[in-house]
Amino acid sequence: MADHLLEVRNLSVRFHTTGGVVNAVNGISWHLDRGETLGILGESGSGKSVSAAAIMNLIDRPPGEITSGQILFDGQDLLQASEEERRRLNGKRISMIFQDPLSHLNPVYPVGWQIAETALAHGVAKAEAYARALDLIERVGIPDPKGAMRKYPHQFSGGQRQRLMIAMALVQKPDILIADEPTTALDVTVQADVLSLLEELQEETGMGLLLITHDLGVVAEACDRAVVMEGGRIVESGTPRGLYHNAQHPYTRKLLAAAPGRGEMREPESGRTPILQVRGLRKSYGGFEALKAVDFDLHAGETLAIVGESGSGKSTIARLILRLEEADAGSVKWKGEDVLTKSRRQMGGLRRQLQMVFQDPTQSLNPHMSVYDIISEAWVIHPDILPKAQWPTRVAELLEQVGLKPEHTQRYPHQFSGGQRQRIAIARALALEPDLIICDEAVSALDVSIQAQVIALLGELRDRLGIAFIFIAHDLPVVRDFADRVLVMQRGRVVEQGSVRQIFESPHEPYTQRLLAAGLDADPDVQAERRAARRQLARAIGQMADIVQ
Amino acid sequence: MKSMLGKRALSSFVSLFVLIVLVFFLSRLTGDPAALYLPVDASEEMRHNFREIHGLNDPLMVQFGRYMADLARLDFGDSLRKARPALDVVLEAFIWTLWLALVTMALVAVAAIVVGSIAAFHVGRPFDRFASVLSLIGASAPDFWVAIVGIVIFAVNLGWLPTSGTGTVWHWILPIAVLFIRPFGLILQVVRGAMITALGSAYVKTARAKGVRNRPIIFVHTLRNAMLPVITVIGDQAAALLNGAVVVETIFGFPGVGKLMIDSILQRDFNVILASIMVTAIAIFIMNILIDIAYALLDPRIRA
Repeated sequence: MADHLLEVRNLSVRFHTTGGVVNAVNGISWHLDRGETLGILGESGSGKSVSAAAIMNLIDRPPGEITSGQILFDGQDLLQASEEERRRLNGKRISMIFQDPLSHLNPVYPVGWQIAETALAHGVAKAEAYARALDLIERVGIPDPKGAMRKYPHQFSGGQRQRLMIAMALVQKPDILIADEPTTALDVTVQADVLSLLEELQEETGMGLLLITHDLGVVAEACDRAVVMEGGRIVESGTPRGLYHNAQHPYTRKLLAAAPGRGEMREPESGRTPILQVRGLRKSYGGFEALKAVDFDLHAGETLAIVGESGSGKSTIARLILRLEEADAGSVKWKGEDVLTKSRRQMGGLRRQLQMVFQDPTQSLNPHMSVYDIISEAWVIHPDILPKAQWPTRVAELLEQVGLKPEHTQRYPHQFSGGQRQRIAIARALALEPDLIICDEAVSALDVSIQAQVIALLGELRDRLGIAFIFIAHDLPVVRDFADRVLVMQRGRVVEQGSVRQIFESPHEPYTQRLLAAGLDADPDVQAERRAARRQLARAIGQMADIVQ
Repeated sequence: MKSMLGKRALSSFVSLFVLIVLVFFLSRLTGDPAALYLPVDASEEMRHNFREIHGLNDPLMVQFGRYMADLARLDFGDSLRKARPALDVVLEAFIWTLWLALVTMALVAVAAIVVGSIAAFHVGRPFDRFASVLSLIGASAPDFWVAIVGIVIFAVNLGWLPTSGTGTVWHWILPIAVLFIRPFGLILQVVRGAMITALGSAYVKTARAKGVRNRPIIFVHTLRNAMLPVITVIGDQAAALLNGAVVVETIFGFPGVGKLMIDSILQRDFNVILASIMVTAIAIFIMNILIDIAYALLDPRIRA
């Protein structure tokens, strides 16, 4: 008789790459029981997803190789089972959902069929399979389930797609659901909804849930136990509360220390002059109004955060200010001059003062240019800034300023990690000595510990060089630590703005309150309180709906 | 969808007009038909009369205006050589080419998709290597050489197939086989590449996690996604065949539109040149529309 529903024993997996052998996981062991939620917490490259891939037989061999270990499911070692036996388990007894539901759903088939296919693949009759699919679409809360069956993945929102993935995974009532970063690509409010849906479904079916995540908040919110992974090894395990209050391993402590939202809040200085005044800014795409008359000011040396869910218009503001796109109406005054009426040539001079750092440095840095070329290109375009003879010294200075080494100048972007690449992007922006840097989700794609470093770097630059920031983010704790003032956006409108303290401690608008309540805190106790508050809110809404009916 | 077809039709109409203008004036550069059709010792008066009958004495612009006016009534003029309506001559030949192209492309598409998909699923293994070598040879073999070698082996030495002409099913085998090789090699490579990309995609991972068998993963999940680039290349290759497989048709004495075009250029049969170019251009236009429709059928994101 098996001790546990699923047990991974001493598993080691390595990959043969052109750069040599990479040991992805090294002798890891963990177990999962019925009705339990286990979190695997780790940053990118920690090997947190590898054991899940091994369980689902998703490791391609070659280049992958399982060098040791057992995966016991109901006492049977999966690694000794035949391909066909494992196929029969997949989707039927062990299911998996992934991070990015858009790319994990087949774009050319209706979702109803894709959900039914899980049953069809395991020999369920067609009519029965479709009936189950319809039931589940309804259960996961998709409106108009019958119509939804015939729709395609691109016709749903991100949160709905993840719900559809969950439906697809649960058709055969599996014993175990593996969720690999299920909420990472989703907005905070949607993230909370998806996590509570998973919890409800677990209560209904008694399945074991394996949650792979980089987010301490997800562990605090949803897990019974968690293991912490670093460099292919499990460094620590325990309950979320135990890990939070009594972390033993230095890496766990480092992760906890890096969790944003703990620092002192900043107070905006009063009496400063506005350098940027935005009035009545509007933009429509076709019939969709992305921005509906947005007004705000930015003062010299100030950091203004713009927060909101995806589609709220945050990034549109940045693109309009920099004239990467043209506004439909409104004015943007930079130091008293209207940016929107400038000619192309005048704009070129102005761009020098207004720089931007994008979300994904892998895409925003040209892979065929060396770091030296990337940074010095700014001076090629604006030759009056620096005589060519001084370029090498200045590039070295800038690299040191952002925490890289001067000898990195001849390297190419792919030779750096994600966090280092974002530092290069920042050095590139600094090369023009701007007065304003717009960061569009500049730290969202980074691991927590790297994120903390980049934020610290930006803070240092702000204090030392007096640069003003517009900081576009969906991650509220980061904003809390970094910004002076906050602009909350919803569906193209500013719903609330104020100092960081006012927004985080006494938000006036229900939308802001909801946004804050949906955020996940690394502290399991804080998270338990928020959960209770959220449920109360949901119950109140339910009662109101009853009364209305 | 409808507005897209409308735009397509309009832009095709414009390019067709430009094509007519170009071909009309360029073909007149090939020389005077009278020099070709009359005996060498014909008098200048006879030549003048010949040109007068066929309207070749008028200034070029007048000839062009007349041609366009006739064309507006769907009158493509007569063939100089055959003294019959040029359009009839062209359509007779075009039917042959159309069948040749259809049968060849159907065979090519089926063979390339099946072999390419299987090769993609077994990347790096013997089947894939064999298919790659085969396709490389196919894509780079010159068709006139293959045609002649084919005739020497199968028609002359073995005597299994006729050397040229039409009449029986056997006459079709060599031309189709020769035309098959190059597009097969090319499309096989495209299928293989597109399938490798599609097999590495995230939705395949999902399908495997759902417990879907290998065969539906290849032929249901990935193939439809991989077909989009493949259809483009199939259309491209089919267009080349519709234009008339000049070399192959000439070698095998196949009475298709490619051979007709070459002959009519050599014979300065201007009306036939123009008519055959228009017919093939319209055929290619129709085929492009079919490809657009296929795209929309395959990918719901394009339909919206």
